[in-house]
This record gives sequence, C-alpha cells and structure tokens, in this order.
Amino acid sequence: MSENRKFKNPLSLQIDPKLFEKATEEEKAQQVTMRESVSFMQDAMRRLRRNHIAMISLGIIVVIMLIAFIVPNFYPYTYTKQDVTAQNLAPFQYSAKEQAKIDKGFKVFPHIMGTDALGRDYAIRVIYGTRISLLVGIFSALIVIVIGIIYGSISGYFGGKVDMVMMRIVDIIYSLPDVLIVILLSVAIKDWVSTSNSPLIARLGAGMVSIFIVFGLLYWVSMARQVRGQILSIKQQEYVLASKAIGASPARIIRKHMIPNCVSVIIIIAAMQIPSAIFTESFLSFLGLGVSIPMPSLGSLASDARTGLRSYPYQLIFPALSIFLIVLSFNLLGNGLRDAFDPKLRS
Amino acid sequence: MNDKFLTYLLKRFLMALLTIFLVVAITFFVMHAIPASPFSSEKAKSDAVIAALEAKYGFDKPVPIQFLNYLWNILHFDFGLSTGWVGNTVIDLIIGGFSYSARIGLTAGMIALFFGVILGSIAALQRGKALDKVIQVLTTALVAMPSFVLATILLLVFALQLGWLPSMGNQPGGLILPIISLSLYPMAYVTRLQRSSMLDVLGQDYIRTARAKGVKNSKVIFKHALKNTLTPVITYAGPMMAYILTGSMVVENIFSVPGLGRLFTNSMLRTDYMMIMGVTIFLATIIILMNFIADILYKVVDPRVDLS
Repeated sequence: MSENRKFKNPLSLQIDPKLFEKATEEEKAQQVTMRESVSFMQDAMRRLRRNHIAMISLGIIVVIMLIAFIVPNFYPYTYTKQDVTAQNLAPFQYSAKEQAKIDKGFKVFPHIMGTDALGRDYAIRVIYGTRISLLVGIFSALIVIVIGIIYGSISGYFGGKVDMVMMRIVDIIYSLPDVLIVILLSVAIKDWVSTSNSPLIARLGAGMVSIFIVFGLLYWVSMARQVRGQILSIKQQEYVLASKAIGASPARIIRKHMIPNCVSVIIIIAAMQIPSAIFTESFLSFLGLGVSIPMPSLGSLASDARTGLRSYPYQLIFPALSIFLIVLSFNLLGNGLRDAFDPKLRS
Repeated sequence: MNDKFLTYLLKRFLMALLTIFLVVAITFFVMHAIPASPFSSEKAKSDAVIAALEAKYGFDKPVPIQFLNYLWNILHFDFGLSTGWVGNTVIDLIIGGFSYSARIGLTAGMIALFFGVILGSIAALQRGKALDKVIQVLTTALVAMPSFVLATILLLVFALQLGWLPSMGNQPGGLILPIISLSLYPMAYVTRLQRSSMLDVLGQDYIRTARAKGVKNSKVIFKHALKNTLTPVITYAGPMMAYILTGSMVVENIFSVPGLGRLFTNSMLRTDYMMIMGVTIFLATIIILMNFIADILYKVVDPRVDLS
C-alpha cells in the first residue's frame, strides 16, 4: 500500500481501491483477542483462590462436612447405643468386656474420643453434633437468603412509599433483641414440640424449630438492607431502562438483572450468617433448649461435659474444638469471600 | 443544627419506645399462646385450686384485658408475682439478680472497651509487624469461641486445674473469671474494629498535615487520631451490651453467680411464666435503651453524620 502511495498525488481525490481489499488471514489474526474475557465471578474466584487462608478454611469445612455426613453411615457405633460396662472411657481405652473380646482375637473398633457417662461412643456423638450444627448453619443461611432477597429486592425496586414502609419495618425488627426472642420462643414451643405428631419436628427439638422460626422472622433484615441498597444503585443503570422500555415485567427485571448483580453481597452475608446461626444453636443447646435428647448437639455435649469436668476434661475439649474449628473456618472463609467479591470493603 | 438534633432525638426515642412495646406484646402473646396454664404442670391439684390460683394471678380474664392490665402494671414496675419462687414479686427477684449481673456486665464492658481500643490502636500502629500479627491471630481465634466454651475452659484451667481463682461466684474474687469470660469476645471484636478504624484515620489528609507541620508522633495519635477513631466503637456499644447480657445466662450458670441470667434459666426450668416474661422485657428494655444511647452518642461525637 505504501509503495503505491508514493506515486499518487496527495491532493488527488482518486480512491485507492487497495484500501478496500479484504483483510488477509494474517491481519485477521491480529484482531483475535489474546486473553479470554474474564467475568466478574471468575475474577472473584481467582482472587479467592489466591487467598491461602480462605482456601485452607474452605478445605477444612469440606473435610468436616464429609466426616459429618458420610462417616455415620458406616461407623460401628451409633449415637444412642449405651454400654454400661464402658462408661467414661478415655480416648482409645477399652472396657473390660471389650478387652476380653480383643484377647480372644476379635476386633473391636477403638473409642477414638472415649465414651460418655452413659457409655456411648463419644466420637460418633461429636460427629452427629457437628452435623446438627452444620445443618442449622446452612438452613438458616438459606432462610435468610430467600427472605432477604425477596424483601430487599421488592423494597429497592419499587422505592418511594413502599420502600419507606418496608424499611421502617426492617428498622424495628433490627432493633429487637434476637437472642432473647429465640429463647422466649423455644420456651414457649417446648411443650408443643415434645407432643408434636410430626417425627421431624419432634426430632429437631424446640431450640432448632425456634431458631428456624426466628431466622425466618428476624435475621433476614441485614440481608434485606444490603440487597435493597444494591438494587437501588442498579436501578439507575441504562440496561434496566432498556429492559423496561421493551416491556419487561418487574419480576423479570428483578430476576434477570438485579439479583445476578447482588450475588456478591448475598454470598458475603450468607457466609457470615452461618457461624452466627451455629453460635446461637450451640448457646441454646447449652441452656437445654436445643435439640431433644438423645440427639447430641455440640452445645449440649459441652453442657453435659460440665458435670465431670474435673475428671474427664476431654469430653469438653472435643465438642469445643469442633465448634471452634467450624466457626473459625466459616469466619475466615467469609472474610476471604468479602475481600474477593468486594475489594472496596477490604479493611 | 440544634433543632434538627432534637427532632432526631425525639424520633429515635419514640422508635425505642415502640420497640419496647413490641417486645412486651411479643413476650405476652407468645407466652399466652402456650396451651398449658402455669399451674397445671405442677403436682396434682384440684380444679378448684387451679381456678383459685388463676383468679389470684388474673389469668381468668380475657387475653386482651390481661394484656392491657399487664401493660398498665409494668408501667408501674409491677411485673406480677413469681410462681417459681412463691412469695416473691418478679421485680424484687429481678432487682436482686440484676445487682450481680450489672456489676459483672458493666465491668466486662469497660474492660472490653478499654483494652480493645488500646490493643486495636497498637495493632494499627504496628501494622504488619509481629505484634500486629499476634493480636490479629488472637482476636480471630477469640471471635470464633462461644462464651460458654470460653467460660468452661477458663473454669477448667484457672479454677479446677491451677486452683488460682475460685470456681463459685459467691466466693471472694469469684466474679473475676465470669468477668473475664464475658469480656474476651467483645474485647476481640472492639480490637478489630479499632484496628481498621485507626488505619482508616491514619491515612487521612489531616494526619499527614499534622505530621508535615512537625507535630510529635504521640500528639498526632492521641490528639488528632484517637478521637476520630472511636465512632465505630461507640456504635458497637449497643450490640456489645446485648452480647454480654445474653452471655451472662450461660456464664452465670457455669460459675454459679446468683445473677439475672441464672435466674432466667432457672425460671425456665421452673416454668415460671411471669418471671420469664419479666426478665425478657427487662433485658430487652436495657438492650434497646443501650442502642438508643449509643446512637445518640454517635451523633454527638461525630457532628458530620447526617441526621436526616
């Protein structure tokens, strides 16, 4: 091209046809993007993966979950089976009966964490307790996510008077002392739960049912506030206006445009909610308002361990360590998620 | 400004009153939704005795009337008669227990705020150094520890194993362990708040200006920075009180302190409904008022905060 130009009069209006030739393969290759475009989600996940503490926490959570949900299926002991000859054994200690069996050449599975005052294998009870804690955490987070998103997005989307009324309600709920109300409810529904015909409710116990009720009634407010704030800012975006212009319904706009943009806020708050629910459940169980016996929970195990604290301190240490590990891992993962999804919030 | 502040104060106060009213209503109706009468669960009594007892405690009237009566009575600090501790009024029991809980709670709160602010500031000033890392690790661990675990471990180590401190709250020095168990979690929380708030303030322009003028480092920190770092800590005072008061329920049980928290858990065991209602309303009122005070203080301390 440049060679031809040399001979052309610079003032000539004659069009050089070569400028309109099809691009060669080589030229096309230059236009291909070298890097794949990275979505917000991928970017956040990459940041998360680089955060070692968060990844280790995630690993610990996965391991604990696997143990809690898989091990009970093939563990040789159950959490209800009592053995009066094997009370308060130390970890890896065998009762006289079991020792005799071993001497005869039978194999006896060791009590990894010993046994409790009723001769129940402690390891499986701690595993069950962990399972309860995890279930409470996860279900509470789900309740909070669902209600918080629906409430927050309606309030933020419609704005104006609707928003004002809905947010006043949130303000009031926010200032209610939540733990007191959980306790009150679990006291009140204790009778109802113990006489309930539904096996599920009877098994869950007053504490669990009231935790779920209270999470459904009270705990979603911070999620709703955050989602509303996010929606308010997304509402100003052009693509929402465009969507409205082509006649999309509010439900569709909320579902397709707004909620996907709130994902980061939702993930962060959900991750923070899980440890707080686990805390509340163990607190209630410790007060005797949690799961119904013989179902163990980490709180009730720690509470039971108090009677023999001087002689059998490990009965406190194992459930305490379990709660500590779970809550610590979720806290650290939550921090990691916050840093990954919302770099502005990093402290 | 002053007018605006008064309006805000009034609005916020009415809001607190409304919340207290709601708590009273929730407490009352939840407790009255229980099918069993507080007397039916006790040892065999004839119907006539139960009816007489119900009449005595006013349970024979329609529920809305009972509610209005209850509301009227608690406005006069009359929370009714205890059925679990016969012969005592609820308010006397509450005041008796609260004298212990208030002492423990206030001391724990003070310790948490004082050491939290100091540790948080040190961590921020030593950012990235060994001391900062130690403080960060410790506070992260403490925030993951429920109060009852912490209290039981302290009991095990310092009272049972080492024997340094008494395990019962009524012995001399017996309130030390309960106070420590209640203050560690909020202290760790305050430390983290203070650290990030201090880091934030130290990055501000006016700190750089002060340093550029050659102001001494200690003066920069105490005179220019510290005051402005305290606002997030003040907002935490309300939730902290809620944590300490509910936490005292387990801690007082573990260390056998005859405080309000232990009274509350005992009244649950004795199904003393008047007591449960009374203590719930009492604790909730304190928590709500603390939140109110913290909110107002926050605006007083930081006049830049928008009041609308």
